[in-house]
Amino acid sequence: MATQSARHIISLLMENESGALSRVAGLFSARGYNIESLTVAATEDQTLSRMTIVTTGSEAVIEQIIKQLNKLVDVVKVLDLNDGKFIERELMLVKVKATSAFREEMKRMCDIFRGRIIDVADGSFTIELTGSGNKLDAFIESLDKAAILETVRTGASGIGRGDRILKV
Amino acid sequence: MGKSMEKSSKKITGAEILIRCLHEEQVEFVFGYPGGAVLHIYDAIFHQDKFKHILVRHEQAALHAADAYSRSTGKVGVALVTSGPGATNAVTGIATAYMDSIPMVIISGQVPTYAIGEDAFQECDTVGITRPCVKHNFLVKDVKDIAATMKKAFYVASSGRPGPVLVDIPKDITADLCQFDYPETVQMRSYNPVTKGHLGQIKKALKLLSEAKRPMVYSGGGVVLGDAAEHLIKLIQALGLPITSTLMGLGGFPASDKKFLGMLGMHGTYEANMAMQECDVLLAVGARFDDRVIGNTVDFLSKPRTIIHIDIDPASISKRVKIDVPIVGDVKSVLADMNELIATEKPQQNTVALNAWFEQIKTWRAKECMNFAQSDEFIKPQYVIQKLHEVTKGEAFVTSDVGQHQMWAAQYYKFDQPRRWINSGGLGTMGVGLPYAMGVQFAHPNAQVACVTGEGSIQMNIQELSTCAQYHLPIKVIMLNNRYLGMVRQWQEFFYENRYSESYMDSLPNFVKLAEAYGHVGMQITKPGDVEAALKEAFAMKSRFVFMDFITDQKENVFPMIQNGKGLSDMILAEDL
Ligand SMILES: Cc1ncc(C[n+]2csc(CCOP(=O)(O)OP(=O)(O)O)c2C)c(N)n1
Ligand SMILES: [Mg+2]
Repeated sequence: MATQSARHIISLLMENESGALSRVAGLFSARGYNIESLTVAATEDQTLSRMTIVTTGSEAVIEQIIKQLNKLVDVVKVLDLNDGKFIERELMLVKVKATSAFREEMKRMCDIFRGRIIDVADGSFTIELTGSGNKLDAFIESLDKAAILETVRTGASGIGRGDRILKV
Repeated sequence: MGKSMEKSSKKITGAEILIRCLHEEQVEFVFGYPGGAVLHIYDAIFHQDKFKHILVRHEQAALHAADAYSRSTGKVGVALVTSGPGATNAVTGIATAYMDSIPMVIISGQVPTYAIGEDAFQECDTVGITRPCVKHNFLVKDVKDIAATMKKAFYVASSGRPGPVLVDIPKDITADLCQFDYPETVQMRSYNPVTKGHLGQIKKALKLLSEAKRPMVYSGGGVVLGDAAEHLIKLIQALGLPITSTLMGLGGFPASDKKFLGMLGMHGTYEANMAMQECDVLLAVGARFDDRVIGNTVDFLSKPRTIIHIDIDPASISKRVKIDVPIVGDVKSVLADMNELIATEKPQQNTVALNAWFEQIKTWRAKECMNFAQSDEFIKPQYVIQKLHEVTKGEAFVTSDVGQHQMWAAQYYKFDQPRRWINSGGLGTMGVGLPYAMGVQFAHPNAQVACVTGEGSIQMNIQELSTCAQYHLPIKVIMLNNRYLGMVRQWQEFFYENRYSESYMDSLPNFVKLAEAYGHVGMQITKPGDVEAALKEAFAMKSRFVFMDFITDQKENVFPMIQNGKGLSDMILAEDL
């Protein structure tokens, strides 16, 4: 059942209980599924956690992932965002060298990507940037590797467009 | 009324609450082993007599016994173990039950809540260790949650695709006080297993089956676990279809029926495997197309056929093989719906094609792949099972361990009823045989229970001979002693040019004396001519545990055989060698 592998963003709601995250992470490692990123936090309803998992796999593998997630007793709902229109956002913080010669250049790059400088120190800036994973990748690519001191990314969060709503 | 109010407002300990939950669930047996973290619970057990506690000799055996109690009755099996080593010893038993979808509730003691995480004495992360091999597990952190958690545990274990559920309870929680209030129902927004199958899909399936030229039914453990045998028989009789069964499904359709082609898979019959490969419409019922059954998927899919799959677990559908007509639902309910449709719609069948198909099957059958060369010198293991079937009139509960003897038991003991064949199919756990027999005998005190085992497997839980003595279990152990880890030796013969690396069983005990040391009857049988009489003698001892050591032909192999990774039609038959 091998077909082409594609990137999928899966959203799920599960009971906000201790160990919930490890059930999902354990499922992925036990069955050999990819996890590109996984984010989790409680929703406005504190009894529920919302998770966004970015994974890659063939149609058949993605179908199995969705079924296996649904099978977890704590999982309330699962949605493959790629089944419809959706928005994906990720937050990245990048600390870059900003010695006098570089400072203007860094500010300019930051503007082009609509980032914000949120910390300024003697020799460095910390830039905050949100967008799709691709946009964040593009920003990193466009920087001089030697200028990057540190990066941290949250992993993607996703939400359906319009009236595509994942709720209990 | 005043009395019951007084009862419910009285505070009792967590341990007592736990016991009351087990009473509410009408538990008959708890298989367990005490230890520090469960002492409060054991004290509460001391004060009750509604269920019987069975003291095993190793926690693994407690799990297996509870598992077999469930397999043979359909009820939830219950086991109780202490924290740390008690829980880790239980893991093999939990994983065994999980792989075969057996409903169980396992209660494990845990160190007190305030000590969790401090590497306390006998602490281990039981919830973490068991997570990948349970249907679900819980850590109870408040005495107020015990009752609701137990209610959920029994519900989750026994509904949907069944499985083991573990409840980990810290010691201090079992001493804390609370009122007992057992919930009458469970509501879980995250867990709502499907039961009814989609009627449109069922109609489509029926149409395909009746119009098929070469239909075939492949039935699995789901038919047994879902108590759907009766409905399956009705369907097969109504449409006159050939049927095969997996190792786990044996007894789900009577083996003595002419439509039954025997077991399929790695050691399945020639006719069953050929019919699987050559059919044009395949109905899979409560089975999961695993590697031991259909071999490699590429070979299986090289033949065009339409596949209908009935299963309670959506994740079992299209997991290894793409399914054309999936029907998610309880097999019993789906088959009942199908039978109802047949009764009302009386579908037209392609009888000419069907007859030709049965003619084809007849030619495959003519290979008589289950024949084996008899011997006057050595006891043939297959012969022992045939005689066991005769002597017990095919009515015994047969448990087995894992290895060649397991395959011979499956092939030659013709099971006509469900829940009679008790073995570890999914995990393939050596050592289950004897504790399985215990669980079955407790559930069916007057039934004949035979444990077919090997001299390798029996030694993995041999300590249970003591438990059998304590509870006077009249089990008959049928040990096919080939002085080899036979199944390993068979693979080494086929794939490693007879390099029998570590597969010889040396320094075996004198099993007769060993059995006698525990107060049991021991017998050793060395001649083919003595097999039948010995079996009759043993089964005539209705109240005794008899350990029968059959010295069998050392070099006998299991046939037919599909080599690991090969396709269904790639069988090696005994006659080919
Ligand atoms: C716990 C465990 N360890 C190892 C194996 C691998 N294994 C499968 S069959 C077998 C040999 C069993 O020997 P025996 O019980 O004598 O049965 P025989 O095959 O000789 O009939 C082994 C070692 C297993 N299934 N389970
Ligand atoms: Mg052996």
